[in-house]
Amino acid sequence: MTETTVQPSPGMAHGDFVIKDCALIAIATGSRAMTLKELRDGLRTIDEASIFYHFWGGLLQPRFEEREYNNDFAAWAWYHLHDATLAERMAVIDPIGFASLEALRGELLDIIEERLDEEEYLPWLQATSPFEFIRSQIVVFDTHKRATTSEELVRLFPDISASSIFYHFIDARRRLSHHGNDFSFWLAGFDGRYQELCNRLNGIDPYFGSLTDLKSELNGLFQEYFREVMI
Amino acid sequence: MHNALQGNHVRISEKLLRAYEQVNRENAERLRAGLEDADFVFIHDPQPAHLLQNCPKRRGKWIWRCHIDASHPYRPVWKYLQQFVSGYDASIFSLAGFAKSLPHPQYIIPPSIDPLSEKNMDLPGDEIDAVFGEFQLDPQRPLLLQVSRFDRFKDPLGVIQAFRIVKKFVPDQQLVLAGGGATDDPEGEIVLREVREAAAEDPDIHILLLPPDAHRKINALQRAADIILQKSIKEGFGLTVTEAMWKGKPVIGGDTGGIRLQVTNFNTGFRVSTPEGAALRIRYLLRHPQKMIEIGGKAREFVRDNFLLTRHLREYLTLILSLHYGAKDRIELG
Repeated sequence: MTETTVQPSPGMAHGDFVIKDCALIAIATGSRAMTLKELRDGLRTIDEASIFYHFWGGLLQPRFEEREYNNDFAAWAWYHLHDATLAERMAVIDPIGFASLEALRGELLDIIEERLDEEEYLPWLQATSPFEFIRSQIVVFDTHKRATTSEELVRLFPDISASSIFYHFIDARRRLSHHGNDFSFWLAGFDGRYQELCNRLNGIDPYFGSLTDLKSELNGLFQEYFREVMI
Repeated sequence: MHNALQGNHVRISEKLLRAYEQVNRENAERLRAGLEDADFVFIHDPQPAHLLQNCPKRRGKWIWRCHIDASHPYRPVWKYLQQFVSGYDASIFSLAGFAKSLPHPQYIIPPSIDPLSEKNMDLPGDEIDAVFGEFQLDPQRPLLLQVSRFDRFKDPLGVIQAFRIVKKFVPDQQLVLAGGGATDDPEGEIVLREVREAAAEDPDIHILLLPPDAHRKINALQRAADIILQKSIKEGFGLTVTEAMWKGKPVIGGDTGGIRLQVTNFNTGFRVSTPEGAALRIRYLLRHPQKMIEIGGKAREFVRDNFLLTRHLREYLTLILSLHYGAKDRIELG
């Protein structure tokens, strides 16, 4: 298992807001599951980067469907194992609420074990397609754009790419000790001046919808806040 | 070899395997200087995979890009190829399900189309209209189109069967099967003959043999069509599907391979498993012209977001960085 370095984005907090971008690349692990038992066994040992990918990576990968089941485990349980109970229980997992990916892994395993105990046929039921464990590598790069003030950040925001939003709002959860986002982390460095804005940012649930939706929501929130402050 | 890797039980004789290696040796003689000096070398599909063996002084990273669905290959052929492919530094597959057991990282990168190429660029209306006259098609009647090689995996006979079923309900439709033969596909001639026999009695089935560089013509045909079919029973990715979607056309595609990544029922088209399924969806779409427009619009946007070469380039650059910096989960630049 690999350890993930959890760090705030360099240059954040008391300096400029450094706008970064990222690209995620998917890598097959070679591990796949055709039954729920195999999924459980795979989950026990799979790299935690794979768990991150199956909860969040979909935001940067091609997919048409609305995220009805908003992680790949739940989607597989429904579309390929046809087990609605399991799909619903897995879909309700909120990855934001877990202190670590290991804790998230534990929750997934608990749900699967519980379901395996409930139905005798489930350990042997073959899925219509295998669950392919995928992990990802993230490459982070500097856009060389900087915001010195919050107003400047708001002005730059419409030109930020969707993958940049992924980095600052989703990936930040792995880097920041309190599982927040880079925007709140940086704004918190202004001696409480933006506490209300930070609270609103922290209240956004990024788990449903696309990155474009998320960007639009964040942009709307920034615009609204600064309009209110100006009044 | 291509067919065997897609699962057909095709025995390849020792003589042919030696010929394969010899051709690769000859190509390596011509290309060696550039290949051995390059920082990154991308080798596409099985045909040139053996080049690696012939470049012992290579200094860069070599990546094998597999475009086909080799998830269930004919074992003896895969075993033969695997000995060469294993020597690469990485491989790329279009879907996770296609990945093999190999001793190096296997990246998942779907292919893409170039929206500015002759195959996909916008065309003037009169150029699109011209294909009706050129190929004796009626612009007033519904036009169905499948663009693909005459290959069993593309199921052209299944398309004709679907067309016949629909014809009972929509008699005025017309079908175009447009393609050319791949020079490295020995079966193409046989399949083409079977297709011609199946279509012989029907003047509304048009078989077009187009030269390999007829990109603009194919572009015009795709734009002239009402519905695009790609009823493959095995498919690596299905770039003809992407091309059709980019032109705002609803696609009826085989429920296989990369078509699953592109076609979502009632949203960007329909996935089908049988000629009967294809017939049902053709009838549905012809009865709901507004739905065809809606699906076509969504399809174009889906391609814009996911399957243009800008995304592809970004992923290739990411892969190059990934290979350069090693297997760590996170690479921070600058």
